[in-house]
Amino acid sequence: MLRFILKRLGLALLVALTVSFISFSLLFLAGDPAIAIAGESANAKDIQAIRELYGFDRPMLVQYADWLWNALRFDFGQSYYFKLPVADLIAERLSVTMTLGVCGILFALLTAVPLGVIAAIRPNSLIDRIALFLSVAGQAMPSFWFGLILIVVFAIQLGWLPASGASSWQHFIMPTVVLGYYAMPAIMRLTRAGMLEVLSADYIRTARAKGAPEGRVLFKHALRNAIIPVVSLAAVQMGFMLGGSIVVESIFALHGAGYLAWESIGRNDLPTVQALILVFALFYIVFTFLADVLNAWLDPRMRSA
Amino acid sequence: MTEDPILSVRDLTLDIPTAGGMLHAVRGIDFDLHRGETLCIVGESGSGKSLTSLALMGLLAPKIQRSAARIDFDGTDLLKASRRQLRHLRGARMSMIFQEPMTSLNPAYTIGDQLAETLLLHRKVSRAQARARAVELLEKVGITAAESRLSQFPHQLSGGLRQRVMIAMALMCEPELIIADEPTTALDVTIQAQILRLLVDLQREMNMAMILITHDLGVVARVADKVAVMYAGELVETGPAEAIFRQPAHPYTRGLINCIPVPGRTERGARLGTIPGIVPSLVGEVTGCPFRRRCDQAVEACAHAIPLHRLDGDTHQLRCVHPDGHRHEEVTA
Repeated sequence: MLRFILKRLGLALLVALTVSFISFSLLFLAGDPAIAIAGESANAKDIQAIRELYGFDRPMLVQYADWLWNALRFDFGQSYYFKLPVADLIAERLSVTMTLGVCGILFALLTAVPLGVIAAIRPNSLIDRIALFLSVAGQAMPSFWFGLILIVVFAIQLGWLPASGASSWQHFIMPTVVLGYYAMPAIMRLTRAGMLEVLSADYIRTARAKGAPEGRVLFKHALRNAIIPVVSLAAVQMGFMLGGSIVVESIFALHGAGYLAWESIGRNDLPTVQALILVFALFYIVFTFLADVLNAWLDPRMRSA
Repeated sequence: MTEDPILSVRDLTLDIPTAGGMLHAVRGIDFDLHRGETLCIVGESGSGKSLTSLALMGLLAPKIQRSAARIDFDGTDLLKASRRQLRHLRGARMSMIFQEPMTSLNPAYTIGDQLAETLLLHRKVSRAQARARAVELLEKVGITAAESRLSQFPHQLSGGLRQRVMIAMALMCEPELIIADEPTTALDVTIQAQILRLLVDLQREMNMAMILITHDLGVVARVADKVAVMYAGELVETGPAEAIFRQPAHPYTRGLINCIPVPGRTERGARLGTIPGIVPSLVGEVTGCPFRRRCDQAVEACAHAIPLHRLDGDTHQLRCVHPDGHRHEEVTA
């Protein structure tokens, strides 16, 4: 198990390094960064001065090494727009995004897994139908529309919840539901399919033949095997929620990292975009790594992989 | 044999609803089994042997309909027993060994956990005691380095070892009845004999009643006290093993026994015996003898109700229109 973890950790570091290089090179793909900083009215002399000031005249690999070394110390440079350290900007915004992401994935898991399990135990029952309806609706409904409906009903009509902002926990209820409901259908259907398959397995019959009570058969013997693909999916969803919650963050005016990314792209604020891409990618890598470790704990056959 | 049987089954019937109508998979099974006895249920694939064993354990899929006049396990009426009562019997007093050793163990838990679980479910023992018992049984089923096996996972063991683990698991609580459903079918031929020998030795040592389901008559001849021959969901002939092999009465039983090649007597390269034809469909109403279309003794009466004949007193029973299984001239004339 320890060997497996070390191996995966090494792999994760390699992926992280690759991603850091790609996100660094984005700076150069987007055109001459010196022109972007100087603005359209600048003359050639100004641009040359900026090029030297920011070190754009050095070889690219040297610049990358420099940037990476700084990034390792959480120094991502200055934001062109805010004239503040990028690291501080992201740290401030990330707390909102993290809160939302964690609440969203918990909401998705806590609704999807029990529903999926019940639907698998009683296929074609009323609960199975309801679960199917909820998942189809969740997949078909765009997040922005669902978010607006919630605002209309719970903020405007009923006045129970605040419509925008992030100053109290009540502000996070509707965004959590919208974001979580987006991830819920896939998790639920994977749980249901996994449980259905596992429940017809021979070892489930063995567990019953031993005289194990039904609850133990379902949760100890079946769910542990059925949940394995769900763990991998949830890790990807979690990464997505942190990076891709831009829509939800804009609707509810939560100024999170997703919203910052969207703003910074518009403003050509490359150091911020670069750093955000790296941070989001690192989240994916960390969650995938955690999912791999959790899966290896759940399924011993994966430990040799 | 004045002692009460440990398992008594009367008129066990299993029906499976299918898209094409009701499938009458098992019809009117009767048998008694005493302590220490081995009953072999023989018959070809699809004759309902496995379903019968699952029905006795109460492990049938919910859609299969079970009915019987009686299923009595040592004074407990299994037809009326609550789920809780059945659960306390399963694994503790009646155990089952399945056909598929490769998939019958949970891949997520160690051998030790799965063995100990059986004991922990039914007895008030500590984990350490349960593990000690697991080691004891692994040694009993011939697994070397038993202690270190406890922390292994099923995927680290071969099929033969896994089946030994399954046998050990079934014996954890010293059951009075063990049902083995073709326990050696999925194994290599060389391993088959070992596993079977082991099972029979343990059954004798622990004085358990055993139902051994098989389609291997060679096995039956070696281990059975009683034989029940099953064809298309019916027991066509039941009786003491010795009588069945000495004087097989039902045409199907005779056909089966003729299929066994005998070393020295069957010529090299000679055609092996076969029974022509295929098993009838059991969907819809099933009348008469299910074997009649393949039977060389068939007469017109075979399409109607089939009487039960008793040979040699009470123990040897035959379900056939012919009182001794043979067509006589006056019947056809």
